[in-house]
Amino acid sequence: MSTETAGGSSVEYIQHHLANLSVGQGFWQLNIDTLIFSFLLGALILFVAMKIGQNLRTETPGRFQNVVEGVLEFVDNQVKDSFGGKAPALIAPLALTILIWVWLMNFMDLIPIDLVPAIAHGLGISHLKIVPTTDLNTPLAMALVVFVLTVYYNIKVKGFGGYLKMFLFHPFGKFFIPVNVVMTLIEELAKPISLGLRLFGNMFAGELVFMLIALLTLGATVSASLLIWFPLQVVLDLAWLIFHVLVISLQAFIFMVLTIVYLGMAHIDADSH
Amino acid sequence: MNINITLVAQIIAFVILVWLVSKYLWTPLSALMEARRQKIADGLSASERGKHELKLAQERSAEMLRDTKEKANDIVAQANARANQILEDARVNAKAEAERIVAQASAEIDREVNRAKEVLRTQVSAIAITGAERILKREVTVKDHEAALADLIAHI
Repeated sequence: MSTETAGGSSVEYIQHHLANLSVGQGFWQLNIDTLIFSFLLGALILFVAMKIGQNLRTETPGRFQNVVEGVLEFVDNQVKDSFGGKAPALIAPLALTILIWVWLMNFMDLIPIDLVPAIAHGLGISHLKIVPTTDLNTPLAMALVVFVLTVYYNIKVKGFGGYLKMFLFHPFGKFFIPVNVVMTLIEELAKPISLGLRLFGNMFAGELVFMLIALLTLGATVSASLLIWFPLQVVLDLAWLIFHVLVISLQAFIFMVLTIVYLGMAHIDADSH
Repeated sequence: MNINITLVAQIIAFVILVWLVSKYLWTPLSALMEARRQKIADGLSASERGKHELKLAQERSAEMLRDTKEKANDIVAQANARANQILEDARVNAKAEAERIVAQASAEIDREVNRAKEVLRTQVSAIAITGAERILKREVTVKDHEAALADLIAHI
């Protein structure tokens, strides 16, 4: 096996894994796999919520109810810490949804990288990406919703004039209005973009590392000698898997906390800014 | 990985999911947790109140015990005083009774003595009369007289 074909097949392998199952072209391309898996995970959340909701017990909560209550309390504390106890009713459920949903979508990254696509291939589906957060559209969608809410709460709390003043007079005072507008605009736009890209970047990179580890013995069907890398592959895969458990939890947590913080900043009056 | 219509779909999906999670997970569960918190707070305050009431009751019972003891002491003291008084009364009565009995007895004795004296006087008179008759039946001599007197005296 020459290096050229190996390189070629590697590139092919990675490109194949990076392509979504989609319909449509250009902007109208719809990534069906992203939608299906994120919907399924959302449905899982709701199914569990219903299941718990059916036998909610005040006196003797079940084991699972305890876990969910723990998560809920954790999120609630984060919100209270940022808002000082007077958060709008929307914030905490939003943060909870982000935490669970993002974590579940990230968790798909821990499923062996070729398992589901191989099964799908057997069923005649050519491409499949099972981690919705490695599709930029998903993190960016959530980040944009957060951004819209940030603007909404900014205007609601500070008034339209107050929000405008924030653009005009920060950070350099009234003699640098054009500079201020540009600076604040960049600052505000950087929030959703960095929020979305951070999650996407981490998950994308994580998945790519899994692919590279998988590449170690990719050609084994052609040349059995590649199997000498198999122990190394197992060790690397396990190490990255364990590390990635931290990463997916951390990224879900960071996304939630930043959401709370951005919305919390929107509730601080411009004068005390 | 380009941005496309999936973004819009995901925005809609996310908004709906947040709404559903809020409705079916957050609201019922946080209401339940709030209810439990309230219940625990109520329970704690009730136990606090119970403790307070217990303390009050203990104070009250201690006070009652103290009062009761005082009363009992008073009653005992009164009873002692009364007993002493009864004893004193009895002693006084007994003394008076004794004196009365003694007085009665001495009166009786006096009366007996008087009666005896009366009887004696009667008898003495009779003897005197008898003696006189005897003397008158015979010659009254000095010797007889003296003998009669001696007889008289012997009879007395």
